[in-house]
Amino acid sequence: MAKVKLTVNGRAVSRDVPDTTLLSEFLREDLRLTGTHVGCDTSQCGACVVHVDGKAVKSCTMLAASASGGEVTTVEGLANGELHPMQKAFNDNHGLQCGFCTPGMIMSGVDMVNRYKQAGRELTEEAIRHELEGNICRCTGYHNIVKSIQDAATKM
Amino acid sequence: MYPTTYHKPETLEAASATLGDAEEAKILAGGHTLLPTMKNHLAAPTDLVDIRGIAALNGISEDGGTLTIGATTTHAEVSNSPVVASACPALACLAGGIGDPAVRHVGTIGGSVANNDPAADYPAAVLGLGATVVTNRRDIAAEDFFDGMFATVLEEGEIITSVRFPKCDLAGYSKFPNPASRYAMVGVFVAKSGGSVRVAVTGAGEDGVFRHEGLEAALSANFSPDAVDGVAISSDGLLSDLHGDADYRANLIRVMAKRAVSAVA
Repeated sequence: MAKVKLTVNGRAVSRDVPDTTLLSEFLREDLRLTGTHVGCDTSQCGACVVHVDGKAVKSCTMLAASASGGEVTTVEGLANGELHPMQKAFNDNHGLQCGFCTPGMIMSGVDMVNRYKQAGRELTEEAIRHELEGNICRCTGYHNIVKSIQDAATKM
Repeated sequence: MYPTTYHKPETLEAASATLGDAEEAKILAGGHTLLPTMKNHLAAPTDLVDIRGIAALNGISEDGGTLTIGATTTHAEVSNSPVVASACPALACLAGGIGDPAVRHVGTIGGSVANNDPAADYPAAVLGLGATVVTNRRDIAAEDFFDGMFATVLEEGEIITSVRFPKCDLAGYSKFPNPASRYAMVGVFVAKSGGSVRVAVTGAGEDGVFRHEGLEAALSANFSPDAVDGVAISSDGLLSDLHGDADYRANLIRVMAKRAVSAVA
């Protein structure tokens, strides 16, 4: 068993879990934070994207033990009394249909906006489409997802 | 996944000791190949030694033109590094084209090189630039390091600590990514130092990455995309799979070589 100590959405948690426990399993099954979705479980689809120490990662392809000691933000941790600008933008722009990929899209969206802002680069529509390479949506055709991220980028 | 015991040592010595004691250990340096392989029950190591807790294995430095990249340096770190961008922009560009942003935040150069996936990007840069793979036991020249598909000359318990890239005048990389996996269907790395040109091809060879002598000779004589036209590119020894047959890949080698050269010539 591995002792996993994390700060998840600002809250310190500690659990003893099997060494093979994936971060996605730890979040969903041990912490019951089911906002993080598991789509493909092969690091292709991006539904499981969370932030570990400020960086977007695919939580289905990271052991919980590897993340131990770090800080994790899931989609549940974004809203702070009111919706995060990225969540609000997805709502305003109809950036989802079935919603399965949405947690990953939102976490990747926040990550890319932060990265581009930090680097002083403009997050163009083309850049957003390129940055979304690792997030698959099977409903929307991506147009409104891209619009949502563009919208949020002006408000973050 | 079959049960395994996870270790995260803080020193190279401790990692080495754990690797030596374990029945069948694997090094975890990013896990973007190893963990999916374990999920599929195609790998079942008794122990996982996560080397990302060893601070000395991470980082990028340049000294007298030689660029040294620590084994646990992520693709995102290489791609965003001003040091890499100035010493070898093609390498930064290559790292920025691996997988997707979330994969690049975790995948590492040491992991990629040690795994020697026949469709991975880094082996092309390591062989194309004539890099040296540095381990806890020795320095290994790129020519000697790769040993066929998914195989290297690394011994049991040997840990890559860094990869050293020598200075080159010009380098370019172009890949045709598989649209689903983003792995290279074919990737060609071209590096020019003085009058000599090295050309390394990934994604295409049945035995993994290889140098193309015909392209090297033609480009050494005339470093321009046109020089590629006259080179015979055989499909012997190239991969044929559902993504493309050997002839298709042979043609892609020509097209990618031209693009790699025209990007920098």
